[in-house]
Amino acid sequence: MSTDPLDGVEEGPAWWDHEAGPVVRPYMVTGGRVRPVTVDFDLITFLVATATLAADTPSPEHQAILALTQEPRAVAEVASRVDLPLGVVRVLLCDLLSDGLIARYDPPPTDHLPNVETLQAVIHGLRAL
Amino acid sequence: MDSVRSDTAPVPQALKILVAGGFGAGKTTLVGAVSEIAPLRTEEVLTTAGVGTDDTTGVATKTTTTVAMDFGRITINPSLVLYLFGTPGQNRFWFLWDELATGALGAVVLADTRRLADSFAAIDYFEQRNTPFVIAVNCFDNDQRYTVEQVREALDVDGHVPVLLTDARDRMSVKNVLITLVEHVLTMVRSSVPA
Repeated sequence: MSTDPLDGVEEGPAWWDHEAGPVVRPYMVTGGRVRPVTVDFDLITFLVATATLAADTPSPEHQAILALTQEPRAVAEVASRVDLPLGVVRVLLCDLLSDGLIARYDPPPTDHLPNVETLQAVIHGLRAL
Repeated sequence: MDSVRSDTAPVPQALKILVAGGFGAGKTTLVGAVSEIAPLRTEEVLTTAGVGTDDTTGVATKTTTTVAMDFGRITINPSLVLYLFGTPGQNRFWFLWDELATGALGAVVLADTRRLADSFAAIDYFEQRNTPFVIAVNCFDNDQRYTVEQVREALDVDGHVPVLLTDARDRMSVKNVLITLVEHVLTMVRSSVPA
């Protein structure tokens, strides 16, 4: 996004444009793997690195994720800040999880709404904004 | 392994609210009005992979398209963080809505009075999923104003669904929309609990 190689080239005929998608295929960084092997990650699952940067971390993208998650961050935020598609990030997260380099904290179960206390806390917090 | 974290900040509980509406209704503007961070964008790359092809299983094919979702964050307190996700405007990305709507606290349907019909799909979707929602009518400058009653009638929503006017650029106005939504959810939760 901030490093969009197509910025400023919308004008005039070109053999590619924004509709063509990324210039480098996004799943290059996952070695062509398109699905997490074992688990899925909700957009608001929090991630926390359990280690500081490991010397043997598989790739710069994995390292970028570890650097970001030195403090708790949601999956959507990690994906946005490393500027990779969600699907790619989920595969990388699965690697980090299986290597024990990251911990996940899932949102509450999805089959029911939050309890009264939580909702009241949200209302209170919003009023205080 | 993942329960031992004594040295750093506690991990908050995350909640999400969806902001739905037609293209250009002001979803990202609304998110930006209350978010503590400039709205971030996350993207999903969609492929046409895996439809009866032979060796390409598990490998991305050439045909891709990118869907963007903008989102913001509000820290309610140290143990509670609220995320606001703008849904992709195009109807062909409904399946992404499923992921977004799963576990959502509720939704804001941002309606543009110039194109009210753009809201129908989102309203139907949340009604069918039983996702609590409110309808916020975005009042642009110099726009023809309708009353809440006129909008409610035009959209044919149930009487218990809150409908309110808003200015998606205005922090206080958007804050009020979110409070109305969470109060609506609270009412639903309370009424579903046997006395």
